[in-house]
Amino acid sequence: MSIGTGRQLFRLSLCLFAALWLIGCGSAADRPIVVEFWAMGQEGEQVRALLPEFERRYPDIRVRVQQIPWSAAHEKLLTAYAGDAMPDLFQLGNTWIPEFVALRALAPLDARLKTWPTVALADYFPGILATNRLDRQTWALPWYVDTRLFFYRSDLLAKVGFTEPPATWDDWLQAMARLKTLGGAERYAILLPMNEWQLPVILALQQGATLLRDRNRYGHFQDPRFREAFVFYLSLFDEGLAPPVSHGQMANIYQEFANGAFAVYVSGPWNIGEFGRRLPATVQNQWMTAALPGVSLAGGASLALSRTSPRQDAAWKLLEYLAQPEQQARFYQLTGDLPARQSAWSAPALASNRYAQAFRQQLQHVQPTPPIPEWERIANRIAYYAELAVRREMSIDEALAALDRDVDRILEKRRWLLAQSLTP
Amino acid sequence: MMDRPHLRISSAWAFLAPALLLIAVFFFLPIFAALLLSFTDFDIYALGDLDRLRFIGFNNYLQLLQSPLFWTALGNTFYFVMVGGPLSVGISLGAALLVTAPLTRFPGFFRAAFFLPVVTTLVAVAVVWRYLYHPRYGLLNYLLSLVGVDPIDWLGDPNWAMPAIILMAVWKNFGFNMIIFIAGLQNIPTQLYEAARIDGAGAWRQFRYITLPLLGPTFLFVALMTMIGYFQVFAEPYVMTQGGPANRTLSVVLLMYEEGFRWWNMGYASAVAFVLFALILAGTMLQLKLRRREPS
Repeated sequence: MSIGTGRQLFRLSLCLFAALWLIGCGSAADRPIVVEFWAMGQEGEQVRALLPEFERRYPDIRVRVQQIPWSAAHEKLLTAYAGDAMPDLFQLGNTWIPEFVALRALAPLDARLKTWPTVALADYFPGILATNRLDRQTWALPWYVDTRLFFYRSDLLAKVGFTEPPATWDDWLQAMARLKTLGGAERYAILLPMNEWQLPVILALQQGATLLRDRNRYGHFQDPRFREAFVFYLSLFDEGLAPPVSHGQMANIYQEFANGAFAVYVSGPWNIGEFGRRLPATVQNQWMTAALPGVSLAGGASLALSRTSPRQDAAWKLLEYLAQPEQQARFYQLTGDLPARQSAWSAPALASNRYAQAFRQQLQHVQPTPPIPEWERIANRIAYYAELAVRREMSIDEALAALDRDVDRILEKRRWLLAQSLTP
Repeated sequence: MMDRPHLRISSAWAFLAPALLLIAVFFFLPIFAALLLSFTDFDIYALGDLDRLRFIGFNNYLQLLQSPLFWTALGNTFYFVMVGGPLSVGISLGAALLVTAPLTRFPGFFRAAFFLPVVTTLVAVAVVWRYLYHPRYGLLNYLLSLVGVDPIDWLGDPNWAMPAIILMAVWKNFGFNMIIFIAGLQNIPTQLYEAARIDGAGAWRQFRYITLPLLGPTFLFVALMTMIGYFQVFAEPYVMTQGGPANRTLSVVLLMYEEGFRWWNMGYASAVAFVLFALILAGTMLQLKLRRREPS
């Protein structure tokens, strides 16, 4: 090929690009703004039902929902951030917020929230809203809430003399000891899957443990308060009240719950729906929920705006719309997710759900986990060492010392950043 | 033209350049970048702001060697390679012999049927196998119950999870090696077998003294490719067990993936990758050496 034809080809393609660009621009003005919205699992599927109304109210905005499976959501968001392909609006677990703040991936919302009436913010469960704030700024707004509490078999508890759920751990222990005597080799009182970190952490928070120390720079797991909670957790296994199994080993928890293999289970709101669907009719009216004696975790999912999005104003309109109490109530009906706005709880469908009431009560007593990006890893280590201690592959002191050592290593970068006075 | 060698060389470069460029950009550059990365603590903080990146020398490698999780993953991977590899090669050879046997009817059909799992997507295969392995409703436990074996929680029991993964992986992959073995078998001249038969050699002796030695190079190739592939086992445990139960199916590549894309410790994950590379290289060298020492 001669140089001449090469140059011609170059010119030709330049013209072509210019033409395409002009076509692209020409109609942009009268074309609606498309807001890219990522939501996870069933939320991503069900939220579509709320959107026609939004698009009717804002004819110049169109919403494109991308549904991401929960199991891959965290990775997808990080990869999108690394690849500069963030959606304009996205759902994220509220424990991920510190991480995305560290990445500088989120747009602060305070300036926009100034236009809100103060009652609107006060309408959120305060403990949950707090997890969306970091360094005196609001980075996301709660979409739905999540915490852990007791699911129990009311008939079995009545059989051992508790017609009302116990209100203290001592009473729960007594009830569980009696449940265990109901007989049968395969009978336990409570199911605590060993690979879950939540209950040991909840027990520690109830003891007033801080989990980490010195501005979250070191692990604080050999602290007497954490140790006490840990010992209590292990005793549930040692006394045979809880079976030493992890999630994978329970073939079907609903079936086991129905046949009384265990009568108490600490779990979250999604199981209200699951229990309703999966338990056989014979036990449908024989179970109930009850708040924990003390605080529980401030969980849930939030909605946030991407800092780099050129469509933040449109995305914010969508966020505001999804935060309205009416939409929150509708979303509850679609998904069973508990609304983050307390006024949405007076909607008939939710007010009449007897299983949800304990959650409303518990949500007034929730506490966040340490707001640092490393938390998810730390929680993973807690579950790991708790499992080793349950299996007696490590003594309590060995496990806690090893946990502190691991966590100190995980937090090494954070300490370095703070020492350099770089914001982590 | 022939008297101007420099022209020949430069035109050779010109023809090679596009391919070399592609290899350099998409292969050597990323590898080099990953090597650099493995000497840093590139993590979520560094992703947000490169000021928060540190060069830490061999720290990632030292930490890796001290990490019990890495040794667990390495042990699991060796288990998978040592058990799954020979099993896969053996079954492929057996299948190749059966398919090429003169008495076999419809060899084309069997060849295609055995090769089918190779081209099926793994996720679809995994979904079906999860049903087969289901402790209560699975076909496998049903068949075992017919001969009086108690149900096994294939994917939930720490001792059974890895055998279950190996079984599925071997079933999925043996067809590929089988095709290569078939090609190798077809290259063996039939006169040799005829001569052996005249000398009174039975089927076993024909296999032992003709088939096996002449399959030598094919064997080496298949064994190497299988070993290299099996060392990098990832998709099977990722889809079936996510490394559980109790980390019993956590492989080295799965560990790398978790460190890299779950916890976003890219530096550490790159170090895992290079350690695995060194292991595979060592394994390959060892096999080549063993082969070379054998009299041909």
